[in-house]
Amino acid sequence: MTAALLAGLSRLITGASVRWVNCRPDARQRVYFANHTSHLDFTVIWAALPPAIRAVTRPIAAKEYWEKGKLRRYLAMKVFNAVLIDRTTVSRHNNPIDLMMTAMGERHSLILFPEGTRGTGDEIGPFKSGLYHLGKKKPEVELVPVYIDNLNRVLPKGEFLPVPLLSSISFGPPFQVLENEPKDVFLERAREAVRSLRR
Amino acid sequence: MNLVVDQETLWLVGGVAALLVVATGIGVILTRIVKTEGARAVVENLNARIQAWWVMVAFFVVALLSGGLGPVLLFGLTSFLALREFITLTPTRRGDHRSLFWVFFVITPLQYVLVGMEWYGLFSIMIPVYAFLLIPTRSAIGGDYEGFLGRTAMIQWGLMVCVYCVSHAPALLSLKIPGYEGQNAKLLFFFVLVVQLSDVLQYVWGKLLGKTKIAPTISPNKTWEGFIGGVGCATLIGASLWWATPFNFWQAAGMSLAITLMGFFGGLTMSAIKRDRGVKDYGTLIEGHGGILDRIDSICFAAPVFFHLTRYFFTP
Repeated sequence: MTAALLAGLSRLITGASVRWVNCRPDARQRVYFANHTSHLDFTVIWAALPPAIRAVTRPIAAKEYWEKGKLRRYLAMKVFNAVLIDRTTVSRHNNPIDLMMTAMGERHSLILFPEGTRGTGDEIGPFKSGLYHLGKKKPEVELVPVYIDNLNRVLPKGEFLPVPLLSSISFGPPFQVLENEPKDVFLERAREAVRSLRR
Repeated sequence: MNLVVDQETLWLVGGVAALLVVATGIGVILTRIVKTEGARAVVENLNARIQAWWVMVAFFVVALLSGGLGPVLLFGLTSFLALREFITLTPTRRGDHRSLFWVFFVITPLQYVLVGMEWYGLFSIMIPVYAFLLIPTRSAIGGDYEGFLGRTAMIQWGLMVCVYCVSHAPALLSLKIPGYEGQNAKLLFFFVLVVQLSDVLQYVWGKLLGKTKIAPTISPNKTWEGFIGGVGCATLIGASLWWATPFNFWQAAGMSLAITLMGFFGGLTMSAIKRDRGVKDYGTLIEGHGGILDRIDSICFAAPVFFHLTRYFFTP
């Protein structure tokens, strides 16, 4: 209920049009990875998915942001079913990859922002290696590039009031980590896959 | 703004409904007889447009008949959505974020509050005086000077066209025309009907006879044949609707001509902006038509001129 309402609201504010480019909505396990320009990013991707797929898709989000305040925690835990990652204390015991693997289990998909932090929206920053390790450890999972356009103008970094401009979300063709593919080659290929969805 | 639903209003609404029934029928027949791939695409688009017309007419008629604030709210929402399409296409920067917030959530609603209050003195200057001076100031405080003049001009032009100009349509309801008290809904209906008919007829004549392009670099669909046929027919129809307006036949003809000409200018100018931004339509909200702004570009230019002509010549 809250989820449907929130998805509708987010579509209304961002006016997001959704494109599927050589890619179909599918409930199989996937990792959607996107450029990161705004706090609204994962809400918008999440809202762009059909409800049945939305129900099994969990966004990866920053723990220090989403654990502040009751409302945020409620949204993160109860509505988005988010996987909260602590960006400050990454260690061998607190390994984000393991956390993500556990969170996926047998049926969940993830929404991931491999840049790690929000950019300006002009250029996509270098990707962190999490996507590579995830793709290696779970080779059956489809990696789906997503490009979010214009959302950085709706709610830029450092602002708290959104402006209701139209944005668009493009889902690209799924791919996997190739056999023997070096990490930096793969990460560059993944970044290019997101960038190529820019119109 | 106490509006009366009289016999004439019903005639206008009934006439438009009849027109749509005929158009829908023609669409059905055309779907059956076209053979080629190209023609089928045109007919499909035509049918989508006719369907969208039903929805738009329904919204407009319900708003109009609800009286009071219905039309003000409808045009206010239209302005908001049109402005959103416009600003999406304009390359504003981070430094404009707060200005845009003001534009969307303070200035636009305020303009329609003033229309609703029938406060002509402030309604007619709030945007060109206060908003136009405050917006660049807010952007300057934002501290980003790159492309400052261009950014400011784009925001101001968006506000001018999408909000200020459009708000003159519901403002027609506030004109106090002697002998026409309480009947202004028909004047607004007349205006919207003539503008939109002119668009439709220019499209129809252009599709049937169009050869000589007026401005091929701007809009390949605008031809002299379509322009003359469309403006001529819409003016004739407008003139023959004089009984619903405060005008006599010739005055209604003159007003219709002014409305259709301004509407054409609006369509042409807004096309030039689309070309400049490298898009075909302003949006995708209305199936077959494109965005809201694609549908109301002619209203934007015609509304303030029709408002002021009527105000100057027909109110004391």
